[in-house]
Amino acid sequence: MALLEVKDLQVFYGVIQAIKGISFEVNQGEIVTLIGANGAGKTTTMQSIMGLIKPRGGSVVYDGKDITGMPTHKIVGMGMTQVPEGRRVFSELTVYENLLMGAYTEKDRSRIKEDIEEIYTIFPRLGERKSQVAGTLSGGEQQMLAMGRAIMSHPKLLMLDEPSMGLSPALVDQVFEIIKHFHKTGTTILLVEQNANKSLAISDRAYVLENGRITVTGTGSELMASEEIRKAYLGG
Amino acid sequence: MSTLIEGLSIGSVYALIALGYTMVYGIAKMLNFAHGDIIMVGAYAVLTTMSLCGFPLVAILVAVVVCTLLGIAIEKVAYKPLRGASPLAVLITAIGVSYLLQGIAQLVYGSASRPVTIIDMGNVQIGNSAVRVSSIVTLVVGAILMVILTLFIKMTKTGRAMIAVSEDRGAAELMGINVNGIISITFAIGSALAAAASVCYLFQIPSATPTLGSMPGIKAFTAAVIGGIGSIPGAVIGGVLLGVIENVCKSTPLAPFTTSIEFGLLIVILLVKPTGILGKKRREKV
Repeated sequence: MALLEVKDLQVFYGVIQAIKGISFEVNQGEIVTLIGANGAGKTTTMQSIMGLIKPRGGSVVYDGKDITGMPTHKIVGMGMTQVPEGRRVFSELTVYENLLMGAYTEKDRSRIKEDIEEIYTIFPRLGERKSQVAGTLSGGEQQMLAMGRAIMSHPKLLMLDEPSMGLSPALVDQVFEIIKHFHKTGTTILLVEQNANKSLAISDRAYVLENGRITVTGTGSELMASEEIRKAYLGG
Repeated sequence: MSTLIEGLSIGSVYALIALGYTMVYGIAKMLNFAHGDIIMVGAYAVLTTMSLCGFPLVAILVAVVVCTLLGIAIEKVAYKPLRGASPLAVLITAIGVSYLLQGIAQLVYGSASRPVTIIDMGNVQIGNSAVRVSSIVTLVVGAILMVILTLFIKMTKTGRAMIAVSEDRGAAELMGINVNGIISITFAIGSALAAAASVCYLFQIPSATPTLGSMPGIKAFTAAVIGGIGSIPGAVIGGVLLGVIENVCKSTPLAPFTTSIEFGLLIVILLVKPTGILGKKRREKV
């Protein structure tokens, strides 16, 4: 069953059409990746799904409900959230307070407390730095915080926009390990990545986005085997 | 001694108003130039309630309620439809709202100045100078409200959501925060503080005119900019600084130049530190 279904999505910036009618779906329990070059429209697609940008045409259906044009906070309340590109942690708030913000829609205080403890076990660095303001964390730590913050709301569908961007190879591996961990514990994942190698390796299915259109689709291993994709996105 | 206390007292009035400017700027990213006129509405609310029932406490309460509701209403009617519009359009709308409020007040109460006495608290002798009790009350009330506000922002979920929205609106929405709700709350708090400022202002100058809010409004805006607009401690420092300078100037031969000196200070501070005393550098988005 499709947890997320995007149909003929069209997004404009002024008169420029950034997304030219794309359709794709993410099924319950899958890891799906959108790959594509800079400016292909990956982030725009993610932001339109979350209601941060209002699409001009098409529809987004989540869990059987049409959420096109719905305010972002309501979409989050329905069990879907996003780790935005560039991490965007709240730099004036502490690590602990950032995690609390992630649980904004959760009312049960004891559950929030347990969840935060669990985040500290998944990311021991965050536990060590819980009273530090997020602005003083390293890039890798901020990415961990952004991911921990997003998982605090127990999303059914977690979208991650370029989670490996600007990180060292060791940290990139760690990020992908954590995505796999979230997936194993029952979260459906929609991933946007430039690091096509790593993301295709963990994906059930993938879509290639070029100039606002989906040009290729297939399973992760199919795309990894494709000559064309190897040349364009996997460095030969 | 009395100069200093008077200065601190008028300074806390400026600080209370400046907090409204700075919070709205930080969270809604707009300059609400109608904020000063909320003070004027508060003054007329006190005037009307005093003439109807005569209980100072009731009058103060009515002023706070009227101003809070007015602040929320202005945001809903005038500013919310302009979310995402150019800053200039919002600025002009705010100036329009300011004139609208002044016009309505003039229509209802006339343009002449009307005396408003809330309560006469007399003087108290501190050392060898007489100090007005109302000034001390203003100072204490201002300090208490500022402490409550700081605690509210640091300690409550809504307060943290306000910090989150001011830092990154999009990321805040992704947390499930209703940004429009937070903006409404911000206007409500700012306007309630303006009502408190209004009452304190009437302690100092017990009369109401339709343009009563303009000068303290502009001074408080100056204070917010001096302190660093968007910064809450900045608004407090800016307000108190401006109040003290104003009162010290008034007791010297420089008295006629008081206002010039205050705005001169603004220019000097902006030349030296364009973001104000506690202003932060905005992070450049890549």
